[in-house]
Amino acid sequence: MSRPGARQQAISGWLFIAVPVVLFVVFLLVPIVAAGVMSLSDYSIIGETTWLGLENYRRMLADPFFWIAMRNTVVYTVMFVPLGLVTALGSALLLNRQARTVKLFRTFFYIPVVSSTVATATIWYWLLNPQHGLFNVVLGWFGINGPAWLYDSKWAMFAIVLMSVWAGFGANMLIFLGGLQGVPQELVDAARVDGANAWQRFRHITVPALSRTTFLVSTLLVIAAFQVFDQAYVLTKGGPGNSTLTIVYYIYNKGFDRLEMGYASAMSLVLFVIILVVSLVNARLSDPAGRRA
Amino acid sequence: MTTAAPRVPQRRRTVRSRVTGALWLVATAVLSVSTIAPLVWTLATSFKPAGEVLSSALRLVPSEPTIQNYLDVFSTVPFGRYFVNSLVIAVGGALTNVFFGALAGYALAKLRFPGRTAVFGVFLGSMMIPTIVTLIPTFIVLRSFPLAGGNDILGQGGIGLINSYAAVLVPYAAGPFAIFFMRQFFASLPDELGEAARIDGAGEFRIFTRIYLPLTAPGLAVLGILTFQAGWNTFLWPLIVLNDPNMMTVQVGLAGFVNNYETAYGPLMAGTVIASIPVLVVFLFAQRYIIQGVASSGLK
Repeated sequence: MSRPGARQQAISGWLFIAVPVVLFVVFLLVPIVAAGVMSLSDYSIIGETTWLGLENYRRMLADPFFWIAMRNTVVYTVMFVPLGLVTALGSALLLNRQARTVKLFRTFFYIPVVSSTVATATIWYWLLNPQHGLFNVVLGWFGINGPAWLYDSKWAMFAIVLMSVWAGFGANMLIFLGGLQGVPQELVDAARVDGANAWQRFRHITVPALSRTTFLVSTLLVIAAFQVFDQAYVLTKGGPGNSTLTIVYYIYNKGFDRLEMGYASAMSLVLFVIILVVSLVNARLSDPAGRRA
Repeated sequence: MTTAAPRVPQRRRTVRSRVTGALWLVATAVLSVSTIAPLVWTLATSFKPAGEVLSSALRLVPSEPTIQNYLDVFSTVPFGRYFVNSLVIAVGGALTNVFFGALAGYALAKLRFPGRTAVFGVFLGSMMIPTIVTLIPTFIVLRSFPLAGGNDILGQGGIGLINSYAAVLVPYAAGPFAIFFMRQFFASLPDELGEAARIDGAGEFRIFTRIYLPLTAPGLAVLGILTFQAGWNTFLWPLIVLNDPNMMTVQVGLAGFVNNYETAYGPLMAGTVIASIPVLVVFLFAQRYIIQGVASSGLK
């Protein structure tokens, strides 16, 4: 510790990070602890607060809407994550070549990412219009009578999944394109010489070489999927018949519409634990050998 | 798959490679149409008079183009005001994140002080925490902020920072992403630059602003653009803390449109175009940096 200015550096170091540290404490650390405390009460900003112990958690187990929201969120995740992963990887594979047009296509694929979820949702609100929307008009050309999409409880969630994949795959495509740079070309060429076909090369060289990227992208997708809100809020308000009521939407409803902030906090903590567990399981699945970051 | 042989020398274009090339073109063209067509259609709809929107929904060029939809957007709700609110939030958020992100990222990469590794680890880990967990308590913290918005010293009596720009700007003024992103940039610069200046007696803040900061200009630009976009597009938090009609953002206003207009697609699409223009313009001018930034932040 006898370097010149060691003391000076220590003071400066803490001064430089002071603002982020204070913000971290006030807007993350304190809120997490507070959420834990509130989840044991019926806190609602106005009026008396009583301690409920674990009552909020017990209530959740018996709350049919909590289970509907949970089921919808899982349905969304199960459709959105694989579809998002495949679209991102597929488009990255398409663009992983040297051609003048690649940059242009990359821009085209990325453009939906730039717009806000609200803007893409309003665009899709129009696209999915049962009579005049582009979707059903095009389906009509092929003699298919398209569903009412957002007005049909069987199709509304699927429509939201499609919209979310469309809006987001460009960003993950860029991450995959970065990952593809790390696939050893000598190996691919050698396999080709040995007579491996395109699928075999993809399956046995590209996929293993991409395992870290796949892990990263699938984690990002899972975390986003469990927190889906904007699309459901703008497009369907959770309907029709609660078919797009997601867990974050339900928490928002309980917390800020009904001011049942204690109950909403309890649900948000449960969601946190679920996301954590699913991320850990995903880490195991994506990387069985245990090599990580 | 069609990743065939970009680098293998090809003596002649075989039938097979032509087929692959054609398939590639078809696949990329279909994907491009699927991402671009909805946007073009949105633009077309926004210039159609009310009668034409539904009757000739598929026409890309309106037979009687009009800017009436845009005028409607601004006359029925204070959309101009929303626009200014969104600008303040997006620009303000970009400035604070660039400044504090650079300062903290620099300290975590280049200064030695006790607790550095722990602080970095905690910041990094905090990126994993879903925002929904802190939503309600953060709302309460802002609402009971002492001496603001009619509150007394104990934070009681008023609405605190709710319905002020600060409610969106302050909690997210120095996000962990900004710090992490800038730390990576500073870490790649040599330590010797600072050591030399330190021996010459330069202060730490001076070393940061005069020597290291100018070298990370491209990183600052990327971070500024990404945080501007994030700030412009953010929805849930402004929806919660800015509910005074004069404080609403473009995104919150647009979401309200869907309920109020329902089937008036002309004005709705005009609002969508206006809400997307700032981020699209920034993207088209700076796309090289954005694409680099997104790709590298995912990799490291």
